[in-house]
Amino acid sequence: MLITLLPQRRQLEISGRHRVAEVLRQLNLLPGTVMVIRGDELLTDRAIVEAEDSIEIRNVISGG
Amino acid sequence: MKCKRCKAAAEVHVRQHSSAFCRACFVVYFQRQVERAIHKQHMFSADEEVMVAVSGGKDSLALWDVLQVLGYRTVGLHLALGIGGYSTASTTRTEAFATERGLPLVVVHLEEEGCAIPQLAGFTNRPACAACGIAKRYYFDKLAFERGVSVLATGHNLDDEAARLLGNVLRWQVDHLAKQHPVLLPTHKRFVRKVKPLFRLSEYETAAYAFVRKIDYEVDECPNSSGATQLVYKDALNRIEAVMPGTKQNFLQDFLRLGYPVFARSVDSPPNSCSQCGMPAFAEVCSFCSLRREVDSKRARRATARRT
Repeated sequence: MLITLLPQRRQLEISGRHRVAEVLRQLNLLPGTVMVIRGDELLTDRAIVEAEDSIEIRNVISGG
Repeated sequence: MKCKRCKAAAEVHVRQHSSAFCRACFVVYFQRQVERAIHKQHMFSADEEVMVAVSGGKDSLALWDVLQVLGYRTVGLHLALGIGGYSTASTTRTEAFATERGLPLVVVHLEEEGCAIPQLAGFTNRPACAACGIAKRYYFDKLAFERGVSVLATGHNLDDEAARLLGNVLRWQVDHLAKQHPVLLPTHKRFVRKVKPLFRLSEYETAAYAFVRKIDYEVDECPNSSGATQLVYKDALNRIEAVMPGTKQNFLQDFLRLGYPVFARSVDSPPNSCSQCGMPAFAEVCSFCSLRREVDSKRARRATARRT
């Protein structure tokens, strides 16, 4: 799967199909700190991302 | 995962309530949470005009959207901070939001006021966030007073408030704890009531609301926020939250129920009026006039040095 990280605008790939929770674990991201978006759809932790999917992982934590 | 209300496929998982919602039901849930906060905390009534401080980010635009949907009379207030492309993009998104919905918006360009944040920070050697905080508080108070509104709403969410509480507790800042409440009543004739209608909703929830409502908010972070202390507190709380969902909410709600009444009793005497601008001040001049004075004197010194 192709992953775009925002706001960094960085792209990376993970092979195979995985639950969202597993993708976040692999990327060392805490649940509740990012939105996982596929097209126009928000994905919960238990949703499955297929190997051929493109998703966006958008940070929701702001500070300053 | 199924929606708690209608059993359709869920899109938003609200961990602190062990609930999940489909898109339509999440919007209803979110708007009800805001309405409940407004009513329970007596933030404002339907006949008051509410000034909404809008940065162009997810929280403030989500707040403005909800208040509009709930039928409140609002006016937006945006400070263009002068922080390069980040500020330009934030102002563009705020103006587009207001235009699309036909909402009134007051925009103040700090650069035109001679106090863009990079200038304030650069001339005074203060951290940009400290200078920004002083300028924002000053202009929010001043413009709300000049507009004649009785209430100013900001988009602070549960994560902001829990992180602030953690910081205040770690340093036992009693005077700050005495003022940490979603409703701050005016203590000076030029102050207006300040309210935080999103204080019950997490940062994830406000982002999800902005997303499902198709609000075009500024995704980029302020370039000055990298390394901000608040992010350290948020990270610590999110690590605890991942293991014990609901911790942030209980931390804040229990403080408001048990701690705040105790600290509120120790509140300082009300502020005086600034001898320069007449706005509230705890010294002879307010923090903003003091900052401006420092900038003006450094600017004059540098100009003299350049001439000689």
